[in-house]
This record gives sequence, structure tokens and C-alpha cells, in this order.
Amino acid sequence: MTRYFKGIGASPGIAIAKAYPLKSETFVPEKRTVDDPEREVERFREAVKQAQDELELIRRQTEEKLGQEKAEIFEGHLLILEDPELIDTIEGNIRDNAVNAEFALHEASAFFVETLLQLDDETLRGRAADVKDVCGRVMNRLRGTESADLSGISEACIVIASDLTPSDTAQLNLETVYGFATEVGSRTSHSAIMARSLGIPAVVGAGEALREIRPGAWVVLDAEEGVVVADPSPEELEEYRKKKSRYDARKAELAKWVDRPSVTQDGHRVELAANIGQLEDVQKALDNGAEGIGLFRTEFLYMGRDRLPTEDEQFNSYKYVLEKMNGKPVVIRTLDIGGDKELSYMELPKESNPFLGQRALRLCLTRPELLRTQLRALLRASRYGNLKIMFPMIAVLDELLAAKRMLEEEKAKLIEEGAELAETIEVGMMIEVPAAAIAADQFAKEVDFFSIGTNDLIQYTMAADRMNESVSYLYQPCHPSILRLIRMVIDAARREGKWVGMCGEMAGDETAIPLLLGLGLHEFSMSPGSILPAREQIGKLSYGEWTALADRALQFASQDDVQTFVRQQLSGGDNK
Amino acid sequence: MIAKTFTVVNPTGFHVRPTKAFVQAAAGFPCKITVSSKGKKANGKSSLSMLTLGIAQYDEVTLEIDGEQEEQAMETLGKLLTQVHE
Repeated sequence: MTRYFKGIGASPGIAIAKAYPLKSETFVPEKRTVDDPEREVERFREAVKQAQDELELIRRQTEEKLGQEKAEIFEGHLLILEDPELIDTIEGNIRDNAVNAEFALHEASAFFVETLLQLDDETLRGRAADVKDVCGRVMNRLRGTESADLSGISEACIVIASDLTPSDTAQLNLETVYGFATEVGSRTSHSAIMARSLGIPAVVGAGEALREIRPGAWVVLDAEEGVVVADPSPEELEEYRKKKSRYDARKAELAKWVDRPSVTQDGHRVELAANIGQLEDVQKALDNGAEGIGLFRTEFLYMGRDRLPTEDEQFNSYKYVLEKMNGKPVVIRTLDIGGDKELSYMELPKESNPFLGQRALRLCLTRPELLRTQLRALLRASRYGNLKIMFPMIAVLDELLAAKRMLEEEKAKLIEEGAELAETIEVGMMIEVPAAAIAADQFAKEVDFFSIGTNDLIQYTMAADRMNESVSYLYQPCHPSILRLIRMVIDAARREGKWVGMCGEMAGDETAIPLLLGLGLHEFSMSPGSILPAREQIGKLSYGEWTALADRALQFASQDDVQTFVRQQLSGGDNK
Repeated sequence: MIAKTFTVVNPTGFHVRPTKAFVQAAAGFPCKITVSSKGKKANGKSSLSMLTLGIAQYDEVTLEIDGEQEEQAMETLGKLLTQVHE
């Protein structure tokens, strides 16, 4: 009978093979008294020495197989074996209490493992696995037992284990191990990170029930759904085989687009960028072929803490992103707080209509110190990359001019203080208030670029709260009214020789992309996972054709008609 | 003995890599280095001990340094605590 085990998809993909359950044993040594503690310390040191030799070998093998970065895990292990707290605790215990080395090692290891497991931070909790792994290795040397060797698995299988130690994972034979499932673990445990870099599917944290899977049973590992399926029926197995081949084909197709430029069939180039809200997302953006960061939300710096971030704290974060993007454009949006995002420590007055209240730049203009600190941090970081500063929630020109004035003042002060700034820093604004879209021609003279924030632009244009289910039908990105506003903005910018981007959900929507392209949008900024499919789609479109088609689309009277029209054109295009 | 408090800004707190950099630098000084955060103390020359502090972004961390070259140690290690590492 089919059994399902729900876990966390830690490394994407689907694998189908027979189960290879690993036995896990937990060895608890007994406490003995030794006659000669000094000799026992020597015995411990000898075991450590042997474990170091083993680790050095694994480190070299991993470096050859997976590269320097993955081998660092074992450098970490080697460091643990040199750690003064660990070694002194163990040797001290042997000397002071005349206990056997196994017991002293077990006690010290258990102490560090338990302390680490109590931490809030998931990644640090994951380090408990390293301590366990390393101490287990020394324990094996003390006892003269062998560490499990996974490099010898000779038949195609899916490894099922309580947990895989980093050394287990690094030694997996990829010819035969198609994936693995573990009872414990999270997305950030070593085994999960390793699985992602090895490119094999993995489901972790699927629970102790995994032990019931018998050796040799058919197993489907569906990391897309985070599920392990044991003993599937022949029909299910067939379904999963189909799903797997679809998945694998799609992945190979998309991977081709990572390093390619975003160019239409007829040679029109656009830019596909990523929206990010955390420093950790930068790597994800790069992995997905982002040509820039189109929206870096800076709210994370202010949220989840009890006071405002200092200028230096902000500077360090901005510098990090700019350096990591290595000269590619990075649009950083100044603080957008208020609306649905509150800061407990700022004691902002309650508003009955926060989305129409004092949010984002409106708030910053009444609390200039907020904005000035952020601008100084941004300016100081500018020389580390290609920074573009963007102001949110502007309705009237005076707001933009006030923000720009503050920027110029801070720039002048910094230069006087001897700071080194980038030569050019583009300054732009979000278009999310309809008033700004309508007067875009006037704003265009004062900025270097616009970025259309569709989520808010739609909510304000439709006068429909996007959190309110009963009016959610009015969230219509492809409604002709919205498309016409977008066209007004793009046309106004073009007349002034300025570029326009978009950083709302809409920019990654496959029905909207052809229209936006046709309207002349230059930069499409979206969640990192949408970039490759968008690049593939744009590669198949003709800019010339869609310029004309977008014109026609704007003449329809409903979103449905627009979408039907676009889909017809797209499928017709394929048949040509 | 000198003591000073710093705020960690590294986005992922003080994980393996920043800790390694810190401990390696600490090991280069002859003085005694104690790191404390959220009521716990650790040996600044031991990674394991440092990791058990569970230092997160925006945590305040106090360095107590005692012995030879304490001023230099404070400067070097303070910088490592306040830098973005990854």
C-alpha cells in the first residue's frame, strides 16, 4: 500500500529508485575509571590525530569533487578538533576524574550539541550536526570501529536516513544515489545545502515514520511537493515518471537562459532584474540570472528589532549588495514604512486609513532624520557598485523635490567630510500613486528613471484594498485602464530620454510581459524564480509585433478581453 | 582589563565563517578574550564556545580583554564584530 511522508523539499527535483535505508546507531559509552589518566589522554590524542588524517583526506576528495567552497565544511571539522574549549574540557575531565576517553568525549560532545540545539537560530542549531559528526569520528577511532562509507553504494537507490552527516553527504556516490530523505533536518542543514550543490533532490524532516520503509521498496522523492512516497501503485509510479521527465526537461530548458541577455527575436534588449527584501536573496538573484536588482526593499533593516538602524549598519548592508552585484545596477528604495508595515519602536500614530495615510516618503519628510541617515548610508556605499536611489509613494512634485534636496544636502556634507562617492548616482521614483502617473511628464524632467509599482498603483487606481477579499476581483493588472496609465508613464519618460522599469508582481506575469514589452518597458523586476521563464518567453517574442499588438489591446474594455487577446496571439505565434 | 560593547550587523549573525575569522584573529593575541552576549559568556579563542552564544544580527556583544596587547586586540576584534562578512 502506498505511504506518504510529508517533509521539507530541501533540494529541488524528483527522483525514483529503490530505498536504501541507513542504519543509525547511537552509541553511549559506559563510564570507567582508568589507572593512568595521562596514558588515557595520550590515547585520546592519538584518536584525534587519526580522525584529523581521515578528515584531511575527505577534505581533499570533496575539494576535487565539489570544489573549494564545499570542502570548507571539513576545514570546519578540522577546526573543531583543534578547538581549545572542546579539547581542554575532554582532557581536563580525563585527568581530574580519571575517566575513560570515550566517556569524556561523549560528555563534552553532548554538552556542545545540546547547547547548540537550544539556540533560536536554525543555522546555528545545524552546527550541532558538525560537532556530532566530528566527535563520532573520534569515537570510532577510539573504539576501532568503522565510519559508515556511502561511497560504496553500487546500485541505483534513494538513501533513507535519520540524518546524514556532512561527511556522509560529501561521500555519496552520485552515479547511484539519486536522492535522499531524512527524518530530521531543515532547509539550512548541511545535508540540505550539500544536496543543492550536488544537484540531487532531497526531502528532509520527514519524521521517524521513514524508518518503516523497507530496503528495496520503490520510493518516489518529490522535492517539489516535499513528499516521500513509498510503495506507490504501478499507476502512481507511472504518473511520477511522467512528472519527473517533464520537470527534468523544463529545468534543462531554463538553465540555458542563465547567462544569456534578455533579447527579443528581433533584437530588442530589455533588462530582467530581481526584487529582493533580504541580503540573503542576492545570491538567489544571481543564481537565477538577474541582470540587476530592480527593487531592494530596505524595510528589513528597520523591522524585527527595537530601535532604528544606525548609518553604519545600513552602509554595511548596502555595500554588501552593491559589491555582490559587481557593477550590475542595484535600485535601492528608501524606507517604505506605514501602510501595513509598522515599527513598534517608532510609535506611529494610528490611522483609520493607513494605506492612504502617512506612509513611506510622506513619513520620511516629516521625520527628516530618518531619511537623512538612510541617504548618507546610501551615498557612502555608492562607490562600491552601480547604485540607483529610488523614492516611494510620491504624489506631487514638491515631495520629489524635497527628497532630492535632502539628497543633495547630504551629498554636499559628505563631500566636505572627505567621503568618496560614486561619480554618477541615478535618482528615480516609484510610480504607484495615480496622480504621479498622470503627471509623469512633469516628474520625468526631475528624475533619471521611473519604476512602476503595480501592486499599489492598481489598488489606488481601482480604489480597492488589496487585502480585502470581497473586492479582490478588482485587482486587474491587465485592465485597459491600468495599461493606459502604464503607457502614459512610459511615453512621458521616453520623451525626456529616461528609462522605465516595473517592480510589481505584474512584471513577471506571462500574460502581461508581451504587453509591457510592446509598450516599451525597459526593466522588468520580479521575484528571482520568475526571471528565467520570463527571459525564455521574451526570447520568443517580437518587439515590433507587440508594439502594434499592445496598441490594439488597449482598445478593449475589460481585462478578460485583453487576456484572451494576448493568449490568442501567443498561441497563434507558436503555430507560425 | 578593558571592555567594550558592539552591535553585530552581519545579516546572518555570527555563523561559522565570521566566527572562524574572529577566532583566528583572537588566537593571534596573547591576552585573555571573553565574549559575552545575552547573559552568556564564551572563550573568544574557541569557535564552538562562540557559536553557543547564538549571536544574531543586531545583538549586542561585549568584549572583555585582559592582558598583553589588549588595546590592539579590541580594535581588531571589534572591527570583525561589526563588519558584514557574507
